[in-house]
Amino acid sequence: MDLGTRKILDRSFTAVGITSILLMAAALLVVIVPIFTGGIGAIFFKGTVEHRKLQYNEFGKGDLAVIRQQTEETDIYRNKVYAMLDAFESEMELMEPTEKKKYRSQYTKVRKVLAHLFGPLPGDMEPILLRYQYGTTRWEKAEEALHDLMFVSKWDYSNPDEMAKQYFVPRSDEFAGTALAALFPYMENSLEKMLLPEMTFYWGFITERSLDAHIFGGIWAEIQGTFFLAAGAMLFAFPLGVIAAIYFTEYAKDNIFTSILRSANSTLAGVPSIVFGLFGLAFFINTVKVSESKSVLAGSLTLAIMVLPTIIRAAEEAILAVPKTYKEASLSLGSTKWRTIMTVILPAALPGIITGGIISLGRAAGETAPIIFTAAVSVGATIGIADVLNSPTPALSWNIYNLASEHEAASEIRHVQYGMVLALISIVLLLNLSAILLRARISKKLKG
Amino acid sequence: MQEVLKQNIVEKRILAPRDSRKTIGNINVPNPRMVCRNVNVYYGDKQAIRNVSIDIGCNEVLAMIGPSGCGKSTFLRCLNRMNDTIDSCRVTGEILFDGRDIYDPSVDVVPLRAQVGMVFQKPNPFPKSIYENVAWAPKIHGIVESKSDTDEIVESSLQKAGLWEEVKDRLDQPGTGLSGGQQQRLCIARAIAVSPEVILMDEPCSALDPIATAKIEDLIEELRAQYTIAIVTHSMQQASRVSQRTAFFHLGDLIEVGTTETIFTKPSHQLTEDYITGRYG
Repeated sequence: MDLGTRKILDRSFTAVGITSILLMAAALLVVIVPIFTGGIGAIFFKGTVEHRKLQYNEFGKGDLAVIRQQTEETDIYRNKVYAMLDAFESEMELMEPTEKKKYRSQYTKVRKVLAHLFGPLPGDMEPILLRYQYGTTRWEKAEEALHDLMFVSKWDYSNPDEMAKQYFVPRSDEFAGTALAALFPYMENSLEKMLLPEMTFYWGFITERSLDAHIFGGIWAEIQGTFFLAAGAMLFAFPLGVIAAIYFTEYAKDNIFTSILRSANSTLAGVPSIVFGLFGLAFFINTVKVSESKSVLAGSLTLAIMVLPTIIRAAEEAILAVPKTYKEASLSLGSTKWRTIMTVILPAALPGIITGGIISLGRAAGETAPIIFTAAVSVGATIGIADVLNSPTPALSWNIYNLASEHEAASEIRHVQYGMVLALISIVLLLNLSAILLRARISKKLKG
Repeated sequence: MQEVLKQNIVEKRILAPRDSRKTIGNINVPNPRMVCRNVNVYYGDKQAIRNVSIDIGCNEVLAMIGPSGCGKSTFLRCLNRMNDTIDSCRVTGEILFDGRDIYDPSVDVVPLRAQVGMVFQKPNPFPKSIYENVAWAPKIHGIVESKSDTDEIVESSLQKAGLWEEVKDRLDQPGTGLSGGQQQRLCIARAIAVSPEVILMDEPCSALDPIATAKIEDLIEELRAQYTIAIVTHSMQQASRVSQRTAFFHLGDLIEVGTTETIFTKPSHQLTEDYITGRYG
């Protein structure tokens, strides 16, 4: 191959390499940016007076005097709305039954939207579910509700060859000539005064429990559950893994038994996580009965089994990377094998061992499948450290899936999902970052 | 040396034939520290050392020379049982240290290795501070109890190794940050910190420059007063400079033993002469 061809090949390879890296970075951006903006939206948003009422009533946060004053302010405008409703109801009483029927369903819809915006209306029964006791807490949701109030959604089926198209007609048309006709322009103009949106920094999203299945409140229970599960997994897996790695590298003889053990370890590393989940249910809960049913303990043990091969492998590599000369030097000074391992080999291998451990910790925090059957519940209270032996816990990974797929009001709480995803990604990234820093620090200490 | 070799040719001595594998020369010394008799070493099926018998005297430097693969390092590693770390390695015969066979099943290698220290080909300080490198072994053997004891042992060991003046102001700095020659002297200081009786040196200067080598050689000369030293070396000049007795190994056999002067001026075996005159190596 002549020089010219080699140069062209080199350059084209460089170009392909750079392109693939750029593509990867772009894909990462496409994923990360919405997660970041959406997740931040769970903490920074325009909160309405309802949000402040909720915070005061449920968590005792906020200034009561301000809330009272704002409630009075908003009530002035809201009462006008309620008065219009009363007027229309009296008007309906006097209508012919057919006419009355015509308005009835439309009016129910109006009331429903208003209750969604302001909380229970005068004359409504006191709702049992918390989600109906308050109005809209987030301004962008209030704007969506306003749109629902202002317009009736209709479908255009006129062209049979095309898909039906959605179109909107003003709802005020339906009530033209009644006492309610004035409601719509009034709502459009005064909604802000009825809800008083303010830029809100809701730190409680991270530190507070969720209310009414994540309709309101934060994700502390999930964050704490994730922490318990991951930490518990490491509690079991890390010491076991390091001991196994020491056995493999320093004690195991090269025979069939050892190679069977080694390949078992490699196989275990490749088993899909859902299989570990089922194994955890079958073994830890049904057979060993570490707990009555799902518990943090059972979940931790399952996660521990899952990350064990990774930890063993990482620790083994780290121990093998320690120069043989250290071991020889130690032995030649009359140190025992055990002491050589503990004081010379392990300290030198520590950066690698810890890196493997923290990466496994990140994996344990992020895995969903192993905890579905062993530890996770979709909605649960924050558990204390004393409950880990017999209580299940909500956890970020499982609740991200659950909110996206099984929650009855999934579309209403997208911000919570994004917030959870962002929290989980942040936790894993922080763990990996601390692994890198710790490694650098220990290596520096060793090298000086 | 060149003139000496010329004289040899003039004298036309009759040397033992090349195929004679019996050890020539006096293997005994009046006051032996270690006595090796009929030592055989096998790596699996392969025999690396055949029937080696030699004494190592008190306060002498015994140099072991020979071409690569002759078994001199293997033999050296038998003397403090460092070969134990190789699974396939098997040793037969007797190696007596202070009258006791070190390969006896009842012997604990831990105190043995403290008494028979070792310095390796490549300087291998621990990734710890200079102070910790020297203090580590006395600590694990319980030789020192207080901090002042440790300080004392660190200072005296580094002084004996001729390193004290160079490092006394930076004892807390890592041993791996020193130059190659300093690292090797640190390893010597580390070995003598547990007060061994014998120091084994496995080509201690092969990774060092001539100035560092000269310092180590001077140090060996000084250490001889207190310790018995067995040194494996590739450099015949070094063997002639530092040792009193020299053993020549060839393909697993101990070919010739004698005072260094005799070996380098009047070798009795054809192989020895060929080797020291540089006909092969």
